[in-house]
Amino acid sequence: MPTLRIPTPLRPYTSGQSEVAVQGSNVAQAMNDLIVRYPDLKPHLYNGEGSLRPFVNLFLGEDNIKDLQGIETPLEVEDRLLLIPSVAGGC
Amino acid sequence: MLPNLSHIEIMRYSRHLLIPEVGLEGQRKLKAAAVLVIGTGGLGSPVAMYLAAAGVGSIGLVDYDVVDFSNLQRQVIHGTSGIGALKVESARQRMLDINPGIQVDCYNEPFTSENAMRIARDYDILIDGTDNFPTRYLSNDVCVFLGKPNVYGSIYRFDGQVSVFDAQRGPCYRCLFPEPPPPGLVPSCAEGGVLGVLPGTIGTLQATEALKLILGIGDPLIGRLMLYNALDMSFEFVKLRKNPNCKVCGPEPEITELIDYEAFCGVPGHDHEEGSVGGNWDISATELAERINKGNPIRLVDVREPHEQDISHIDGAELFPLGLLAGRLSELDSAEEMVVFCKAGTRSARALDLLVGAGFRKVKNLKGGINAWAREVDPSQPIY
Repeated sequence: MPTLRIPTPLRPYTSGQSEVAVQGSNVAQAMNDLIVRYPDLKPHLYNGEGSLRPFVNLFLGEDNIKDLQGIETPLEVEDRLLLIPSVAGGC
Repeated sequence: MLPNLSHIEIMRYSRHLLIPEVGLEGQRKLKAAAVLVIGTGGLGSPVAMYLAAAGVGSIGLVDYDVVDFSNLQRQVIHGTSGIGALKVESARQRMLDINPGIQVDCYNEPFTSENAMRIARDYDILIDGTDNFPTRYLSNDVCVFLGKPNVYGSIYRFDGQVSVFDAQRGPCYRCLFPEPPPPGLVPSCAEGGVLGVLPGTIGTLQATEALKLILGIGDPLIGRLMLYNALDMSFEFVKLRKNPNCKVCGPEPEITELIDYEAFCGVPGHDHEEGSVGGNWDISATELAERINKGNPIRLVDVREPHEQDISHIDGAELFPLGLLAGRLSELDSAEEMVVFCKAGTRSARALDLLVGAGFRKVKNLKGGINAWAREVDPSQPIY
């Protein structure tokens, strides 16, 4: 199954897991699977209309899925998605 | 025309002069350079010290805070003797102790749309070491408008990000993050904590990138974002591309001058009193204690994380961590008097918003959080 890396700020919603396996043949399916498994993540990743929030960046390997085929980007079994959030801290 | 180096300077920088990529000319470039460091906290500490030590001729410091005891776990430019001092002055003293041959200019003021262009204009590079989204978007836009590189770093707990945003040569911060997260969704270091050494790791990488840019050597992090995790000890890199629809650096920008960044990010301005909601929604620790002592039934809702209860607690309080509160509203009764609290009042203000949005009206925010309770009511509890 493809895996998805969870950044520290969102790990409280994945029982502390830093990397989770997700099912799906494209990014949209994998993300759906993620929020079915971890429903508390949903408000952090999706807006009220059900689309990914603009500050949430998903990378497949080194590439932003926005530069690929967006949420329709196909996934292979060994693929690894990176979830990159906005982080403000510097203090 | 680059400035010359004195014999003393040649001795001081000899380890640089021995590196062919730096050499005498590179050191003269460093002496001629001017770098603005925004924030003299966790990230700004190593950045400012290493740039001073490296001989960057002119360094500007922007910060309007004073040194606090809780800063010293990571803000290594400041010391215990500096508690209460202006951060920019405390930092300046340390930098001039490291290297009296440089110029350090202090801007003891918030970095705002009103002063940012004036302050930044005379510097070659900006280093973003701030701790909030409005200043990050402001720093980005200033750099885009002035055509300067923005050496970006951010930290949270064990995670760090570093990049160089230079709209003339690659993407800007807005290309990656067109909009900030809604207030409260992403915790700050002050709320979520940060491993003390993390800003050291990320700040020294920012300083490294700044030196490379000045020297014109190596491969800067333009168009790349570095992600660091201290627990995994992992460094990962992703590619960043210029967003053709970027509102500030795209071919048809919507934003052509500095805006109101607090409004853009939906957060209160610099004059906002920390830890309070305003209006009649706040209750002071003293007033809460009086009401409890009079026997008023008040449900105390602690919205901190479970491990924070080990640090301090209020007797009788129930734990509803903020991130889980929305899913546990059925455990609360809107007919009951309720006071929500956290460490200092920021998270509980968000909890109050959530509760009021869900129809709760008899709820108040403990102004200043449990730290105010420890100060005003129960000195047996520590302040953290």
